[in-house]
Amino acid sequence: VSVTSEALSRTPIHGRHVELGGKMVPFAGWEMPIQYEGVIAEHRQVRKSAGLFDVSHMGQVYVTGPRAKADLQRILSNDIGALADGDAQYTLLTNDRGGIDDDLIAYRFDDDCYLLVVNAANAAADVAIITGAVSDDTSVRDVSAQHAMFALQGPLALDALAETCDVDVRELAPFHFAEHQIDGVPVTVATTGYTGERGCEILVPPGDAPAIWDRLLSDERVAPAGLAARDTLRLEVCYPLHGNDIDAETTAVEAGLGWVCHWDEPFVGREALLAQREAGAARKLVALAATERGIPRAGCPVLQDGREVGTVTSGTMSPSLGFGIALAYVQTDLAQPGTDLTIDVRGRQVRAEVRTKPLYRREETL
Amino acid sequence: VSATRYPEELLYHPEHDWARIGDDGVAEFGVTWFAQDSLGDVVFFDPKDVGSTFAAGESYGELESVKTVSDLVAPMGGEIVEVNQEVVDEPERVNTDPYANWLVRVKLSDPAEKDSLLSAAAYADLV
Repeated sequence: VSVTSEALSRTPIHGRHVELGGKMVPFAGWEMPIQYEGVIAEHRQVRKSAGLFDVSHMGQVYVTGPRAKADLQRILSNDIGALADGDAQYTLLTNDRGGIDDDLIAYRFDDDCYLLVVNAANAAADVAIITGAVSDDTSVRDVSAQHAMFALQGPLALDALAETCDVDVRELAPFHFAEHQIDGVPVTVATTGYTGERGCEILVPPGDAPAIWDRLLSDERVAPAGLAARDTLRLEVCYPLHGNDIDAETTAVEAGLGWVCHWDEPFVGREALLAQREAGAARKLVALAATERGIPRAGCPVLQDGREVGTVTSGTMSPSLGFGIALAYVQTDLAQPGTDLTIDVRGRQVRAEVRTKPLYRREETL
Repeated sequence: VSATRYPEELLYHPEHDWARIGDDGVAEFGVTWFAQDSLGDVVFFDPKDVGSTFAAGESYGELESVKTVSDLVAPMGGEIVEVNQEVVDEPERVNTDPYANWLVRVKLSDPAEKDSLLSAAAYADLV
């Protein structure tokens, strides 16, 4: 049990979590529900039906002005110039070493107006970095306190949203967003998420958040899900978690995130990343599957023939797959799928194999 | 609440383990309601082998949930004479009923060690 003396922030629906029996834990300065019924039940709920997550701890930052686009093109790794109004994009806030200060989703409202949704733990630092890097006439505003945010995820999530809240985004392709109303309350609905399922993330005014939470949960296909399930779900689909799998010292090339870098134009860290890509990164972030009983955990050494060749950055028992899974940095020559490795789990040697990402792929329904 | 969460016929170790001591000098060990609730969904039970010996307070295996791993602390010293294979096969049984689902049976080295354990009421005060 960790005891913290820092005051923790509470989301606008803290009371709902307590009423629902959520087990509240400190996370990135916030008091958040790690689970309600249990992580496995909540994980399966999201894979089979729909789960509702409170992600109000996430930070929101508006970047606006005539040079906002050009500034973000320089500050963020991905090609923000490729976005049309209503498009969303996964991107990185890279540093000049090619390291990843944060990963985030950028939303384009119009040519001069972008919303960045960033990790809670990094929000203040991100705002400082971006503010220091933009043009004088570009405005950077931390609007986290003006937004609650929910993630509704699962194969039935968008049906539930359409039929219970009269917001139909079933025809909206992934990584788009649109303005809607739920019971007269303006909300922004984006077809994004962190689970590998269909679904959406919804930005909500904090004062209306409890009523909208209740409305979403009134659909029998929807049940609340906590941070623990969020973690097992994202790990099965190999989405990195900033602070675990990626950070200021790991690069986009090492993390396999070169696909979110616009190599043709300058951005912070591009020179370092190009040099690393040219020379070949010494390590790569790979997906591992335990091929015998045992659960890898962050920090476990990865071995080959008794020699240390890497480190696990995230690990869990996969509720969908039924075996231990992990993300780990390993020597690049051992990063090929099919490579047999060993994970030292507190002194016990657990055999594992490098697998193609993602480890779990949702069943496509027609 | 404590009557169902912490049965009175058991003795408790402060590390959230219980012992059910039989007349034959053999005890069953398990974990408490608090332990399984703290761990969350248990997915892996990894006991030491039958024949392993340990002192009171030492580890006799590991219990692992989706989110974390915990050492199993022996409330008393002895030798494992049986492992509950049902729990090895279905670790979630620990969540369903942490008292019916004992983890190991242990031939006690010193049954008098029970005097150092806690009653249900004393343990309930602790948690």
